[in-house]
Amino acid sequence: MTLVQHVLHKYPAVGRDNLIPILQEIQTAEGYLSKKSILEVGRYLDIPASKIFGVATFYNQFRFEPFGVNHVQVCRGTACHVLGSSTVLQELEKHLKVKAGQTTRDGQFSIEVVACIGACGLAPVICVNGEFHAKVTAQSIKEIVDSYKTKGE
Amino acid sequence: MDFTININNKSLVASRGETILEVMNRNGIRVPTLCHIKNALPTGACRMCVVEDNKTGKLITSCSFPAEPGMSILTHSPRVVESRKTIIELLLSNHPDDCLYCVRNKNCELQDLSSELHVTERRIRGIKNKANLDLSSASIIRDPEKCILCGRCVYVCEEVMGVACIDFINRGNKSIIGTAFHQGLNTSSCINCGQCIMVCPTGALTEKNHFAQIQEALSNPAKRVVVQYAPSITVSMAEELGMEPGVDINGILNAALRKVGFDHIFDSSFSADLTIMEESAELIHRVQNGGVLPMITSCCPGWVKYAEEFAPDFIPNLSSCKSPQQMMGAIIKSHFAEQENLKPEEIYSVSIMPCTAKKFEAQREEMTREGISDVDAVLTTRELARFLKLFGVDMFNIKPELVDSPLGFRSTAGKLFGASGGVMEAAIRTAYRTLTGKEMVEFQVPALRGFEGRKETKINIDGLELGVAVVNGMTNAKKLLDEIRSGKNDVHFIEIMACPGGCIGGGGQHIGTSDEQLRARMQTLYRIDETERIKVSHKNPEIVDLYKEFLGEPLGHKSHELLHTHYHQREVVK
Repeated sequence: MTLVQHVLHKYPAVGRDNLIPILQEIQTAEGYLSKKSILEVGRYLDIPASKIFGVATFYNQFRFEPFGVNHVQVCRGTACHVLGSSTVLQELEKHLKVKAGQTTRDGQFSIEVVACIGACGLAPVICVNGEFHAKVTAQSIKEIVDSYKTKGE
Repeated sequence: MDFTININNKSLVASRGETILEVMNRNGIRVPTLCHIKNALPTGACRMCVVEDNKTGKLITSCSFPAEPGMSILTHSPRVVESRKTIIELLLSNHPDDCLYCVRNKNCELQDLSSELHVTERRIRGIKNKANLDLSSASIIRDPEKCILCGRCVYVCEEVMGVACIDFINRGNKSIIGTAFHQGLNTSSCINCGQCIMVCPTGALTEKNHFAQIQEALSNPAKRVVVQYAPSITVSMAEELGMEPGVDINGILNAALRKVGFDHIFDSSFSADLTIMEESAELIHRVQNGGVLPMITSCCPGWVKYAEEFAPDFIPNLSSCKSPQQMMGAIIKSHFAEQENLKPEEIYSVSIMPCTAKKFEAQREEMTREGISDVDAVLTTRELARFLKLFGVDMFNIKPELVDSPLGFRSTAGKLFGASGGVMEAAIRTAYRTLTGKEMVEFQVPALRGFEGRKETKINIDGLELGVAVVNGMTNAKKLLDEIRSGKNDVHFIEIMACPGGCIGGGGQHIGTSDEQLRARMQTLYRIDETERIKVSHKNPEIVDLYKEFLGEPLGHKSHELLHTHYHQREVVK
């Protein structure tokens, strides 16, 4: 039984209203919503793939690519915003050549934008694999990220 | 229950459940709409139809707001007009300003509204939409930059066609209309029917154009360029040319196509007759030999692709006959080529169709022999009108001419293919004759005519009771197929057309066709059937000759090779 089947198994009463809980469970289990799992959910609930993709892209919580080896969360909460987190994010995206929500082609890095990680005193803050980095700047972000690259090797 | 409401200081009668917009439309008060589709559940998304409620002072969307007793409405107060104008200005703020280069120039609802509301300067500057063209489909081009997110395409694709290959993706100002996983239309479940183009207010959805290839062929002396036109073309082109709806431009069209430089002009209604010969023989064969029933027509390439994707269990039910376009194509590049001492590759075969799915059909692998497609390029009705303009043909000052022969003469049965129910009626006429040796006394089958989504009746052929059904619109087809799956067994022959009303309402027709215009087209087809003499395919002298000289007999060896094919399940994103 595949993971998706395992999740679907818990929802024997098929209905459109189960769509979001199912997607959430799959994402929790797999880390993201793969094309394959979306198609499988569609067949199970009899909802066209375009509709499910439409619903899933409506919400920020769903991702469509697996996490990278190193997962970078960039805080875009108010305090971080005021202290320039938007440039940090821009620089990071430029440096890794992927947008927020995506994963680099070598699977090393993924970027996620989060609303607030409760470390406003350290703003602007990012979190890589659960490790916090305080007072990040457009310059330092590259070094921080690159240090993880070497760790991976 | 009726009551009165006050619109623009005039008392008007409304009934419960009616929206304000319906009351206004009934009384000749026109307010602009964009996202509204008649008879569909309103979404109130575009807010073009706002009116002012005098009592509350609020702007409300008339398309979704039910009329209430004692209401007082202003439809064109300064506030309302200003609000509508702002909406258009906002829609234009991120719209690419390339009207002069747009296919829909002068036939665009956004352009019309902008002019109607006197938008003459750019007050709001937005960031222009940035998106890639989707050129992947053989039939339809999507340009999300021009999309204003009215959602009409999403509605027809899901509710009328039952396909739902596109939907709103993302949220807020990042919203676009797109396919699942942002893939190309070609890998989606799109059946190429083109109904999305018919409802698109702008140039965000258009058909894939083959002008350049056709022009090149026309100017190539080594190529013999032949053209065929579908049964519905002559009765549905009038609106594109500025003529009365429903006018049959048959002779004029022949003359115009000759002026453009086509070497031979054929009528697909002839090959429709041919389809009937083969299809009725196939039906009789299936009935008498315990073949798979109900047999379902396969003339409509939209329906065929739908079956391959959504109803593969019905593929054995599909008639093995190719569509008239492809039968004509096959005859042109075999028999006709032989007669003219040409190699198939020396012929460039163009077809004019009311349909975008025909573009897809023409390039299907099944429709190719030894690497050469039977039909090389397909033009839609509206493309043809543009093509004729390109060559400076004045359709108002032109003497009618006859179509080329052979492969041009048609019975009225072949002509009926243009309307929903026509294929069925034509097939019944010939099947009756084959089974009984007699002609039908009354050719018309009124129960199969008209615009209903589903028509059913019983035909008695010398004691053999044949259950027949005609459906148009894929959601209606889906319902019927579901009933058959769950045991309905009183139908033996089904005609399915993807587009509402059949080919006269096809996705390649004039954009903005009204119900009255559709009715006029259908009436003209039935009038032709009433007034002309040869009403059955098997009496078409050219068909008789073709079988005598070339094909032998229906379902014979040659027919099998040229006129029949098989379809297979298709894996798509759905």
